[in-house]
Amino acid sequence: MEQLLYASEIVVNGLMTGVMYALVALGFVLIYKASGVFNYAQGVMALFAAMTLVGIQQGQVPFAHLINALTGTHVSHFGWNVPAVLAIALTAVVMVLLAIAIQKLVLQHLVGQEPIILFMATIGLAYFLEGLGDVMWGADVKTLDVGLPQGISDAAEALTARLTGYGFFIDRLDIWAAVIATALVAALVAFSQYTKQGRAMRAVADDHQAALSVGISLRFIWIMVWSIAGFVALVAGIMWGTKSGVQFSLSLIALKALPVLMLGGFTSIPGAIVGGLIIGVGEKLFEYFVGPMIGGATETWFAYVLALGFLVFRPQGLFGERIIERV
Amino acid sequence: MTLRFASLVAAAVMAAAPAMADLVVPNYSYRTGPYAANGTQYADGFNDYFTLLNERDGGIGGQKVLTPECETAYNTEKGVECYESLKGQNQLVVAPLSTGITYQLIPKVSADKVTLYTPGLGRTSSKNGAAFEWVFNAPANYWDGASVAIKYLLDQNGGSLEGKKIALVYHNSAYGKEPIRTLQELSKKHGFTLTELPVDAPGQEQKSQWLQIRRDKPDYVLMWGWGVMNAAAIQEAANIRFPMENFIGIWWSGGEVDVEPAGAGANGYKSLTFNGVGMDYPVYDDLKKHVIDTGKASQDGQYVGSAVYSRGLYAAVVIAEAIRKAQELAGTPEVNAEQVRAGFEALDITEARMAELGLPDFGQPIKLSCANHGGDGHARIQQWDATAKKWTLISDWIAPDAEVLDPLIAEDSEAYVKEAGITPRCN
Repeated sequence: MEQLLYASEIVVNGLMTGVMYALVALGFVLIYKASGVFNYAQGVMALFAAMTLVGIQQGQVPFAHLINALTGTHVSHFGWNVPAVLAIALTAVVMVLLAIAIQKLVLQHLVGQEPIILFMATIGLAYFLEGLGDVMWGADVKTLDVGLPQGISDAAEALTARLTGYGFFIDRLDIWAAVIATALVAALVAFSQYTKQGRAMRAVADDHQAALSVGISLRFIWIMVWSIAGFVALVAGIMWGTKSGVQFSLSLIALKALPVLMLGGFTSIPGAIVGGLIIGVGEKLFEYFVGPMIGGATETWFAYVLALGFLVFRPQGLFGERIIERV
Repeated sequence: MTLRFASLVAAAVMAAAPAMADLVVPNYSYRTGPYAANGTQYADGFNDYFTLLNERDGGIGGQKVLTPECETAYNTEKGVECYESLKGQNQLVVAPLSTGITYQLIPKVSADKVTLYTPGLGRTSSKNGAAFEWVFNAPANYWDGASVAIKYLLDQNGGSLEGKKIALVYHNSAYGKEPIRTLQELSKKHGFTLTELPVDAPGQEQKSQWLQIRRDKPDYVLMWGWGVMNAAAIQEAANIRFPMENFIGIWWSGGEVDVEPAGAGANGYKSLTFNGVGMDYPVYDDLKKHVIDTGKASQDGQYVGSAVYSRGLYAAVVIAEAIRKAQELAGTPEVNAEQVRAGFEALDITEARMAELGLPDFGQPIKLSCANHGGDGHARIQQWDATAKKWTLISDWIAPDAEVLDPLIAEDSEAYVKEAGITPRCN
């Protein structure tokens, strides 16, 4: 009985962790769905967004080191703090500007190129953004606090203790992440199904040429999609940054999103969520039952093994579109 | 035209290369990648101390010290590339802040006859100078750290850990695995149960490990972490309300960057340290006067006084003292790498000398010899005050348990001797 309760606690926490993975995976799906580009820079966009948010919130002078080095001054802060909500809104604006810049400087010049070329361009973009983030805001670890609660939920612990005799650990930040992810997915699905721009986005995803022929602006759609992916990156950056500070490692969470995408499919928003949940629960249960027998720390490779297993049977992922190419 | 071009190239090469008399101590830094936050602070402390010597004293023995930086990104391959690329610059000491890079460089420095200095990191058994002629790891190593942590806990528990449960949360790498052997031996000796909990790099996601800690309820948790793993572990510990005063990290898990992200939740967290904390040492006045105020500090001096900065500075202090000793032994300020190795082996940094250097009670005395390249391995415990945002030393110097460690070091270095096919020295 005790083992069952522990396993149940692990399943609940695995689901919560899966939501956090899914938040990162969503950004990949949006861009892939609309443009067929696998955006290698999605993880770095989450880092960049989180760094920008902290910088704005704390009134940091962007490019302070560069300014000081060039002018001999010692500027670092404006001397004010920006409220969290306003800072988030301003960061979202920065992410839209970034999307415009990416479209104008990178994507526009690569229209009609092979997907692998676009993929390579996003690798370059990832390195560029890494450097830009460091130069703008510095490479030190930053504490992100937008008022999200952290730590064990007493209510959940008391409830599970009353029901089962064992109080489960559920992180309040994870509960918030689940709520935010649900709202985000609902909004994204509603947007793509019921708005003109959403339908245009789906049309572009289906066939670029056909979409262009009916007057849909590819330029606008790409800017819109990269802006939304930037906003999703900001949400993921807030969640992961609150957890362990804003630092370079935040960009590596993209590695956790890959098996989620392989499993859920690169083109499905619900797939990202379901894939995240399966990976989250699967890796935690495997670590609990099998980990101790083989030395532990199995989570990273197990996620990939699970995803590879799915690839054998469903190469397009659980919810991905089946691609049939006839020659 | 050809002659003019050749002259220009020669002039450029001469300008870029160190002058023959300069002392070259490269800074194998990492200011990029997942461990940049820690690496940057260490590199700054390392640079600033040598800048201080150059600015205040005109170098060491009248010879300027050059610290060309090579970015390793905490990547073993890049670290080895750095070593190879700096070979031509007559580097006197190689000091990479990475156990992985250290393991790769041990055979190389032994063949090239260059000193490898790894304070508080690297291969623990390189303390045995009989086997590791070119490697030094004073003032303390990982096994010293493990032993000091257990001795501290013994002291907290009236001399007995019988029946206690201790969990080790560690970075699943060569570095993180270093203390396991020692802790296993110590668990047999003192009767505590040891649970090993590896965390995959970089270590942002540790829920499984901390759920297990919550279930098992260990009395103490020890941590061998680095980079984001430290901050994530401290946050997870706070999340499950693990008593922070029972959570002790190795010295590489004891920087401000590790505790600050967890805010008030990190209050009371402890870590080992083999150097003093804060800026209440006279050397910082000199640093301010000669380095910071003159705009010569590494990265504007933004990390001066932090725990990891202080450790980088301490590494530079020990290297500088070894060079000074080498100059004294050789009778000339222009020393080479072999002479610096001899300087390390004859190193005797007393408390009086530390006070002269502006660092009273900052580090333990270091007296090395042919057989002892690791010093006495003493360490202290520091505790984080989240309100004041500072570390406070809460213990005196604690000596490691030589009875347990000496046989382990002998065994591991013997294996190295066989593997490398070398004849032990110091007989």
